[in-house]
Amino acid sequence: MFDAHDITLTVNGKPVRASVDARMNLADFLRKDLKLTGTHVGCEHGVCGACTVLVDGASVRSCLMLAVQADGRSIETIEGVAGAGELHPIQAALARHHGLQCGYCTPGVIMTLRELDHDRAGGTLSEDDIRAALSGNLCRCTGYQGMVDAALELFGPAAAP
Amino acid sequence: MTELPKTQADPHLRWIGRNAPRVEDDVLLRGGATFLDDIAMPEALEATFVRAPVAHGLIRGMRLEAARALPGVNAVLAFADLRAVLTTDRIPLALPAGGLRFDVDPPCLAIGEVCYVGEPVVLIVANSRRIAEDAAALVELDIEPLPAVVDPVAGLEPGSPKARLDTPDNLVARTKVDYGDIAAAFEGPAHLVRETFRLNKGGGHPMEPRGVLARYDALEDRLTIWDSTQMPHRAKAMLVASLGLSEHQVRVVTPDVGGGFGTKAVFHPEELAIPAAAMLLQRPIKWVEDRFESFTASIGERDQVWTVEAAFETDGRLRGIRGHLRYDHGAATPYGIALPFNAATNLIGPYVLPAYRMDIDLCLTNKTPAAPTRGAGRPQGTFVMERLLDRAAAGLNIARDEIRRRNMIVPAQMPYTIPVKQRDGSMMVYDSGDYPQCQSKALDVAGWQDFPERQAKARAEGHYIGLGLANYVEATGRGPFESVGISIGPSGKVVVSSGATAQGQGVKTMLAQVVADVLGLEPASIHVVVGDTSATASGLGAYASRQAVTAGNAAFAAATMLVDKARKAAAELLEAAEADVEIHNGMLQVKGVPGHGRSLQQIARALAGTPGFALPGNLPPGLSAASDFMTSGLSYTNGCHLAEVEVDPETGGVKLNRYVVVHDCGRMINPMMVEGQILGGVVHGIGMTLFEWMRYDAEGQPLTVTFADYLLPTSDVVPRVEIYHLESPTPLNPLGVKGAAESGTIGAPSAIVSGIEDALRHLNVRIDTLPLTPPQLRRLVRAGART
Amino acid sequence: MKAPAFRYHAPRSIAEAVALMSTLENARVLAGGQSLMPMMNLRVAGPDHLVDLGRIAELNGIAEDEHGLRIGAMTSQRAIEKSLLVATICPLLAEAIAHVGHQQTRNRGTIGGSLCHLDPGAELPVVAAALDIMLTAAGPTGSREIAFRDFPADYLTSSLEPEEILTHIHVPRQPPRSGSAFLEFNRRPADFAILSVATTLTLDEAGRIARVAIAVGGASYRPMRLDAAEAALTGQLPNAEALADAAAIAGTLPCDGDDLYPADYKQDLCAVLVRRTLTIAASRAQENAHV
Repeated sequence: MFDAHDITLTVNGKPVRASVDARMNLADFLRKDLKLTGTHVGCEHGVCGACTVLVDGASVRSCLMLAVQADGRSIETIEGVAGAGELHPIQAALARHHGLQCGYCTPGVIMTLRELDHDRAGGTLSEDDIRAALSGNLCRCTGYQGMVDAALELFGPAAAP
Repeated sequence: MTELPKTQADPHLRWIGRNAPRVEDDVLLRGGATFLDDIAMPEALEATFVRAPVAHGLIRGMRLEAARALPGVNAVLAFADLRAVLTTDRIPLALPAGGLRFDVDPPCLAIGEVCYVGEPVVLIVANSRRIAEDAAALVELDIEPLPAVVDPVAGLEPGSPKARLDTPDNLVARTKVDYGDIAAAFEGPAHLVRETFRLNKGGGHPMEPRGVLARYDALEDRLTIWDSTQMPHRAKAMLVASLGLSEHQVRVVTPDVGGGFGTKAVFHPEELAIPAAAMLLQRPIKWVEDRFESFTASIGERDQVWTVEAAFETDGRLRGIRGHLRYDHGAATPYGIALPFNAATNLIGPYVLPAYRMDIDLCLTNKTPAAPTRGAGRPQGTFVMERLLDRAAAGLNIARDEIRRRNMIVPAQMPYTIPVKQRDGSMMVYDSGDYPQCQSKALDVAGWQDFPERQAKARAEGHYIGLGLANYVEATGRGPFESVGISIGPSGKVVVSSGATAQGQGVKTMLAQVVADVLGLEPASIHVVVGDTSATASGLGAYASRQAVTAGNAAFAAATMLVDKARKAAAELLEAAEADVEIHNGMLQVKGVPGHGRSLQQIARALAGTPGFALPGNLPPGLSAASDFMTSGLSYTNGCHLAEVEVDPETGGVKLNRYVVVHDCGRMINPMMVEGQILGGVVHGIGMTLFEWMRYDAEGQPLTVTFADYLLPTSDVVPRVEIYHLESPTPLNPLGVKGAAESGTIGAPSAIVSGIEDALRHLNVRIDTLPLTPPQLRRLVRAGART
Repeated sequence: MKAPAFRYHAPRSIAEAVALMSTLENARVLAGGQSLMPMMNLRVAGPDHLVDLGRIAELNGIAEDEHGLRIGAMTSQRAIEKSLLVATICPLLAEAIAHVGHQQTRNRGTIGGSLCHLDPGAELPVVAAALDIMLTAAGPTGSREIAFRDFPADYLTSSLEPEEILTHIHVPRQPPRSGSAFLEFNRRPADFAILSVATTLTLDEAGRIARVAIAVGGASYRPMRLDAAEAALTGQLPNAEALADAAAIAGTLPCDGDDLYPADYKQDLCAVLVRRTLTIAASRAQENAHV
């Protein structure tokens, strides 16, 4: 059974029209149909956070959202963070603090930190705040410390103006 | 061999010893990497497996018609279908191992009998994964259940059912570690400690599961396999043997790999089934393991049951340890018997153990086969020794640090030989290290001396804090060799290729740093190719914390040879004496005559040859060099971990407040990346101690098949890990490096458990099981409170 | 694993949604999808139709009314977490919701979805039980009110009829001199609770407990109210002895256990968390009494 639905959405600032099977989840749609393979699939159970993208600015597990539910929404994926230009400050800080190793969880981590940066609205975050925010992104390589340090550099007390 | 100076602060070294930015990061940060499932091959079909739903049973029949009839399904294949392109029934995985009574090589799809839940039985190939899974739901397996073996102790009892009908019994191997006069050690007055320890199963669980993409090119009669593996050359060997091809017909490539941790070292059945199907169907086929499959079909380990006793002098010095280790090997032997042997030998640790006898029995069970997972048996052995030391310290009223100090091997004893024969036939020799200093530094950093005061103050305020201590060693840099080739063609590009493989460790950066130093270049300018069997004829890959040791030194040797050749050619071209030519910023120039020189590219062009003209100095053509660094022994990394914990005795909850590591892996090529390895290792060890437990029920059904049930440590439960280094370079290789990838995992369980026992010392809590769950701890608290 | 095939419907009104649920065979409501989608991706749930409530505007929003709060069933957990109204009028809900999953799941997960799914480890049903919230459900014959105590029917099953949908949640305003607390025990902070306790109490002018509600999650398929402990506390001063007595009663609550978390362990947790939540709630009530 193929239950086709036409959808119109914005992905990384660009309009997209597509016809999708109802059961296609957003992660698979981004990866297979739009060839945006930077969004990774780590569990398909909504637990690991590798597939995190922003939907209208809010972080979501793209494996738990249907592509058809993205109709009319604005999606940001890792490919939209810096494009081909200079790395975004979050990306650069992750590299500086060795906040990534294999890099599989990294796009999801960056999307979580993007939302955190927006939500803090210029405020200062503690290490506990940052650790709580990152707790929905599993990483097997880094022990999280490099990511936490990268976020502390950008959002922590030392970064306050 | 050229020997580098022994101190890190070497002004001649621009890159080795520095935190060079990783060459891997940019593309990973942008989401532009190519992991297996990212490979664009629109013509590839997608596959799934129907897997054994029971732990043990006989396949009486299978109904495949409905699945075959589903639109979009290309093939539904059982073993008999694939056998047409296979040379043998079983994958020839067996490693030579003393003590192995029989090999249990797995087939790529079950033949008549299923021996663990998750064993692949039927392969479905379809236009998409969704359709393949729809078809899988239509397959009916008629399986006659057989009794399952789920416990390695019960499985070795007489009268136990057999885990496999094709083996004589469940005792797949019996071996021992045995030296010194163990009977004498237990004679006469001594302080005896007797314990039973049970360590339970966990896994590697890389964030990217396994995956294989195979394409058979009929025109070239050549098979290319993209495989998310740590060991592509071994995968190639398995494919060549199993498919009856010659070496030139098989290429195995690793794309970007999202973590390994041992899970991707062993060749799994799917790595043969998918290429075999691609040959049979003459279509490219991709299979990407999903997380559910990963929990049931990927290897794991750590199930061990130890009954041990230790004899101590009354001053706390060890006289001997003896006991029995029973080990759950799962349903096959994909990696010999390395795990229990590692466990038993790593028990010795940094201590003088005069007599030792450990009898080791390996039991086949109806669980996913066991193979090395970060630490590879060593955390368990270390756990046993460290627990025994804590028990003796308490019994003899000696401080925990002091009993360790009294037993430690001291630097003057290095190299220190332990009369235990290893896999390669050599004796166990600790090459270097200063164990007392390592512990002493860790105690200082963690505030060991003042801790009892802090502990008493916290307790007065209702907080139960404890400080745990553990020492360990790790045999790293396992051989026999690793390959590195360096070539500079007329383009001037420096290409380094190696049999080493990368799963996140920063192998490319590490190799680039070493080569950059020798060639006087920037690491970012060096192109490193790893994980491609067409780029290096031989190689081994990632296992046993070995690649900085083996590939790092191979790169150093190859780069040195390449510079020697370039110098000879430059001397010829510059009409200078070879001894007067030096390399600087990629230029070969005459000393004292800046600007008078040739670039590496110019030399490469000259050595590429011109038709009819002689090569400079009649040197052999090409500016390239290759080295297979062959190890002359294992280099022993060591460390001391201190874990400060807070226990909630009312709930059994444990919080990690602070974690200190003092680590010695010899010279560090990139300290930032070494620390990344230690951090990840420690957190894996935290998981093993408090969270991760691959559980099965009494019938062998796995109970933890999602990340919601199998708990990985998250950012909000791990502490900040403070890392300090000692650098005792090993004399066993020119760079003086030792491995660092698994060390963090080895020390963590022992340190954390020691801290928990310290926090609850007033209740005499003794922990003998891993992982430690809150209900278990609560039970121990209640039992302690009653006494 | 990929979800099995189904047909997708996105009604724009409650009436349209109810009509779909009344006519379609083997249909399931899709709220935030944070529990249903994983079950479908594991192929343990396979509805033929999904009726997505996400496009029904009237199901979304938080408003104050004469009784307290009126929350649309499709309001996201994240919106509740960020709501000043919720923090002011129902601090217990605000406190508990921070324990619900991760930010990425709270962004999609809804209050109605969580209440209907009734996971024994979930936090929101426990709060609902403690607060005696009322629910509004819409069906083919109109709307009806359901007291939360009558809502759970079985494991992971509410008492909604198959064609009914939950539309609104009514959270009562707490009287003056009230205090509440939510605590749970789990292995990692964002996990489902092994055991959770929501407590709310109101003091009389003499500082005695006029009214107390204690709800426990994780002990059974449904949140349990500790009637005996509540009765024992009523009329008492909230001193350590009274709270310890209540905790002792809580420690006898029959609990469903398994190999990993045995019943007696859950009873231990129950006693501890009841004592701790009572202590916090009483102290908050005393603070509120002095404002």
